Amino acid sequence: MRQLIIFVKKEFLHVFRDWKAMLLLIGMPVAQILLFGFALTNEISNAEIVICDLSKDEATQRIIEKFDASKTFIVRNSITNINQVDEAFKDGKTKLVIVFPPNFNYDLQHQKRAQIQIVADASDPNTATTLTNFASQIIMSYQKELLNNQSIPFEITTDMQMVYNPDLKGSTNFVPGVMALVLLLVCVLMTSVSIVKEKELGTMEILLVSPMNPLLVILSKAIPYLVLSIVNLIIILLLSVFMLDLPIKGSLILLFAESILLIITALSIGLMISNITASQQTAMLIALAGMMLPTLLFSGFMFPIENMPVALQVISNIVPSKWYYIIVKNIMIKGLGFTAIWKETLILLGMTLFFLTVSLKKFKTRLS
Amino acid sequence: MQPIVISTEKLTKQFGDFTAVSQITFDVQAGEIFGFLGANGAGKTTAMKMLCGLLIPTSGKATVAGFNVFTQTEQIKRNIGYMSQKFSLYEDLTVLENIRFYGGIYGMRTRDINSKSLDLIKRLNMHEVKDKLVESLPLGWKQKLAFSVAVFHEPKIVFLDEPTGGVDPVTRRQFWDLIYEAANRGITIFVTTHYMDEAEYCNRISMMVDGEIMALDSPSNLKKQFNSKTMDDVFYKLARNAKRGD
Repeated sequence: MRQLIIFVKKEFLHVFRDWKAMLLLIGMPVAQILLFGFALTNEISNAEIVICDLSKDEATQRIIEKFDASKTFIVRNSITNINQVDEAFKDGKTKLVIVFPPNFNYDLQHQKRAQIQIVADASDPNTATTLTNFASQIIMSYQKELLNNQSIPFEITTDMQMVYNPDLKGSTNFVPGVMALVLLLVCVLMTSVSIVKEKELGTMEILLVSPMNPLLVILSKAIPYLVLSIVNLIIILLLSVFMLDLPIKGSLILLFAESILLIITALSIGLMISNITASQQTAMLIALAGMMLPTLLFSGFMFPIENMPVALQVISNIVPSKWYYIIVKNIMIKGLGFTAIWKETLILLGMTLFFLTVSLKKFKTRLS
Repeated sequence: MQPIVISTEKLTKQFGDFTAVSQITFDVQAGEIFGFLGANGAGKTTAMKMLCGLLIPTSGKATVAGFNVFTQTEQIKRNIGYMSQKFSLYEDLTVLENIRFYGGIYGMRTRDINSKSLDLIKRLNMHEVKDKLVESLPLGWKQKLAFSVAVFHEPKIVFLDEPTGGVDPVTRRQFWDLIYEAANRGITIFVTTHYMDEAEYCNRISMMVDGEIMALDSPSNLKKQFNSKTMDDVFYKLARNAKRGD
């Protein structure tokens, strides 16, 4: 036990001496949160729309005001002729054209139904879908107002609700994604590099000749990065709660427990990489290519897995971050408890045990 | 006659069909400086790994510090020191931190580590640099420090694997002064080397060729036996018939 403490102390010294690397490790999650939160956001705001109001009455005016007041839309222009709709899209800035037919209010009052046409620039289909949904929501809200004020019966309303993400916030997706990415990167990269470094320097030989248990060596290498990852986790959560206004709905303890599980998965992958490589560069490359890419591609936080070809969907199942991503989303955003995520936890646990057994076995055979 | 600290009898290591070390038999006495020579690929490293408890032999017998290399590798590890041609110090730790760390992993008590490390730093004349990072030290100092760290826990035997590779002759000479000092304290030195001038410093040397020990005696007797003026010549006469190499 005393040996372990001495060794862990030495590992922390390594980490602190290399302050540039430490700064990078702590700075990375902050930079990623800022980047995803503000620059690379897929949240839509200030989409420019054009109004084609052929009715120009009280009701259309009210709806246009509502569009203008929303954060999502800016009314950029008005056109008076339906033939100008095509023209309006040509500059590429207009995302939607809202067309009110003639006699809109009259139809609404007398026939109890009226129609609004929403024309969207679908060259970016995701944005188009999101915006049309949002536009119809605004129209619905006006309809509800009418219902309340005048209590007109037989009004048809379509219920369009965005569950869990009513504001169409992008951060709900990327915060769990960044968490998976950062934890995997730090743990896999740093453990594999720090173990391979001892091999490269020849100090591993000395450690193996010493009475120190090799497993203890590995354990003490992992501990500083475990601590560092937890610090990173806390930073990410603080940023997301206080800067991105993304509250943690579920249990914080459960969230940390699941995160530590992922950290252990990552540490055992790092150990496995260090077993098969002899130089720090190789270890770094494998860790980056083997962890960063699959996490970005297959965890589902950038590209929806359901839209992928079946083969890729199958592959995505072996990426640990995918399961962690599902777990974190369920806890953080939906506020669900352990009963909702026990399957994913079990899968992650199985992966961890698998990687740990393989790497420890390889480690032992390499020794003899 | 000093007691025997390393004793091997027909010690053999096979990797599949390949016999890396074939039936080597020798004894090393306490306080002796034992040179372990051989061309590249002769099986020196494999033999040394078996004696350090890193590799389990295929057949034969051997004891190191009185412990069996087949069954008591943990006790062996506790009683030996090791230094390799790479300096095996942590460059990003200070002199004192390195000493303390190695003392610690050998299970020395904190009080002993504190008093002995100050003592060592005084002896090495490194008081001024004790809190400097090892990477800032000159090569010769690093090497002395590495050796001192390897014998810090007062092992019975210290294994040196080509300890002076890539070091100039003056530094090498100084390094050997340290080795003599340790040998006088009763620590047995087991050293591999490629430098024949170093071989001359040993009490006895063994020559390995193709996994077997072809000669074993004091340097002067070997020169007589092979009718040579220098150890270089002895080495050449023995090693030129080697089939293995790299």
